[in-house]
Amino acid sequence: MDKIIGTLNGTPFTMGETLLQLSYLLAALLFVYGLKLLSHPETARRGNIIAGAGMLLAMISTMFLHKNADGQGIALTNIWIIIISIGVGTVLGWYIARTVKMTAMPQLVSFFNATGGLASALVALLEFPHADITDVRLVLVTLLGLVIGSIAFSGSMIAYGKLDGKIKDIRAGIMKYVNIALLIFVVAMFVYMLVSGKSTQELGWELYVLFGISLLYGVLFVMPIGGADMPVVISLLNSFTGIAAAMAGFIYNNQAMILGGILVGSAGSILTVLMCNAMNRSLLNVIVGAFGGGPSSAQAEGGTMKEITLSDASILLSYSQNVVIIPGYGLAVAQAQHVCHELDQLLSSKGVNVRYAIHPVAGRMPGHMNVLLAEADVPYSQLVEMDDINPDMPSTDVAVVIGANDTVNPAALNDPGSPIAGMPIIHAHEAKNIIVMKRGRGKGYAGIENQLFFGEKTRLLFGNAKDSLQALVNEIKSL
Amino acid sequence: MEQVLVYFYTYKEVIFIIALSIFLGIEVISHVPSVLHTPLMSGANAISGVIIIGGIILVGHADTSHISTELVLGILAIIFATLNVAGGFVVTDRMLEMFKKKKK
Repeated sequence: MDKIIGTLNGTPFTMGETLLQLSYLLAALLFVYGLKLLSHPETARRGNIIAGAGMLLAMISTMFLHKNADGQGIALTNIWIIIISIGVGTVLGWYIARTVKMTAMPQLVSFFNATGGLASALVALLEFPHADITDVRLVLVTLLGLVIGSIAFSGSMIAYGKLDGKIKDIRAGIMKYVNIALLIFVVAMFVYMLVSGKSTQELGWELYVLFGISLLYGVLFVMPIGGADMPVVISLLNSFTGIAAAMAGFIYNNQAMILGGILVGSAGSILTVLMCNAMNRSLLNVIVGAFGGGPSSAQAEGGTMKEITLSDASILLSYSQNVVIIPGYGLAVAQAQHVCHELDQLLSSKGVNVRYAIHPVAGRMPGHMNVLLAEADVPYSQLVEMDDINPDMPSTDVAVVIGANDTVNPAALNDPGSPIAGMPIIHAHEAKNIIVMKRGRGKGYAGIENQLFFGEKTRLLFGNAKDSLQALVNEIKSL
Repeated sequence: MEQVLVYFYTYKEVIFIIALSIFLGIEVISHVPSVLHTPLMSGANAISGVIIIGGIILVGHADTSHISTELVLGILAIIFATLNVAGGFVVTDRMLEMFKKKKK
């Protein structure tokens, strides 16, 4: 492996170095190919495994073939330490990923993103003293890796806490200014560290202040963003983690890291934009949190909500021909997917045609409802996408809205002043009857009234979705 | 202006990689059905764990004769990065497993 096989610009290179670069090339190709396969339903699972194989290849070849600037390879003791650390991480990661409930999937993605960001921040933190302060490019990428990695870490942890219901939304107008001030401070620290004339070893406290400020910025950046917008935020922070990893790639001049990082960075960004488009909102709008901001024209007079009794609801459903169930976040929160499937099976056995209408952003993540209902064994053919179900809504006897609100709010169609104007919705209001299962009389996440709930054809069933569905199932069984 | 050009020439290979990677990322993702957004995000998240290579290099060349901050933080970096990689790929697989099941 140490055999010198050629020279480049006067510098000799060995067989090992060549093989390492080759394996990085292969790993990078596997990342791209894996990601490509991941974007098609049939090949997605294979793509995931291929990308994982690329990662494994890059890890193993680095361990055995990497040499530092002095041509020193990795000593056996270090290899053992690395293998044990990887072992600990793998067992922990595998265990967490396998045991967490399917409904907690979104926060899990956020959590793993946080650990990646923290790793990037730590690597940058440790590499900084080795950098030469006169090498502005190297110092800049190291500091950027630290800042972006830290923001991705603390931001993702807050997103995790919000999705898990541990952290509430905090909205204060002043936070916008605090955030801008923090950003200015970060830039000022960059400039100060570069012109201070100190060496990178001497810049001790400055480095940790920058680390702390970045962590704080991540917290304050995600704090005011509403829980329903967390998918967009996670996707954005995911691209941050990618960029932070790419920055570390620049430190080591490592092409696999640069390509992998930038790839995730750009894929994450475009995915963020796609998600925003599905809600018909701009990214800026999500970040600034314009939902529920100023008074909107949508604060129309309420009218009265009409309740329905369990027995009326069960009779209505049992004697319908076409029923469309429209699930939303309330279903996920109450973990009501299994009993929901029980209801649809019960109705199907009575000859009712039951289908699910899936809004692209229903729940807390795109595809959240699909994953949730798949867990409860609802057949794929019963899940219908928004655009395909909408033409059938006028001929639907009963639309059952379970814990969905903004995704069925007709204001998006007919009130140009509404904050959600233009967002595509499921046309529940066109059904002949609408049953809405709702926890309380409160407004949806967007903080706007939903005229659907006050409509002539609408009846409400208050309570936790799981309890309501269970009661409904029992009632239908006893008919 | 000349400085910019000098900079470009000095780092032309890296700039090529960046430019093409950005394009690749966008191209690969652009036509994804919304059903796959979550697994895709999760898969991409696992790939962002490439930072583990940085951790391996760092710990690989660290002095192991005594316990230093560098060694401890480096080990932590590897553990966190592995959490990202292993957890990310396993979660993605678990999500996709469900899609497979309902295909039947």
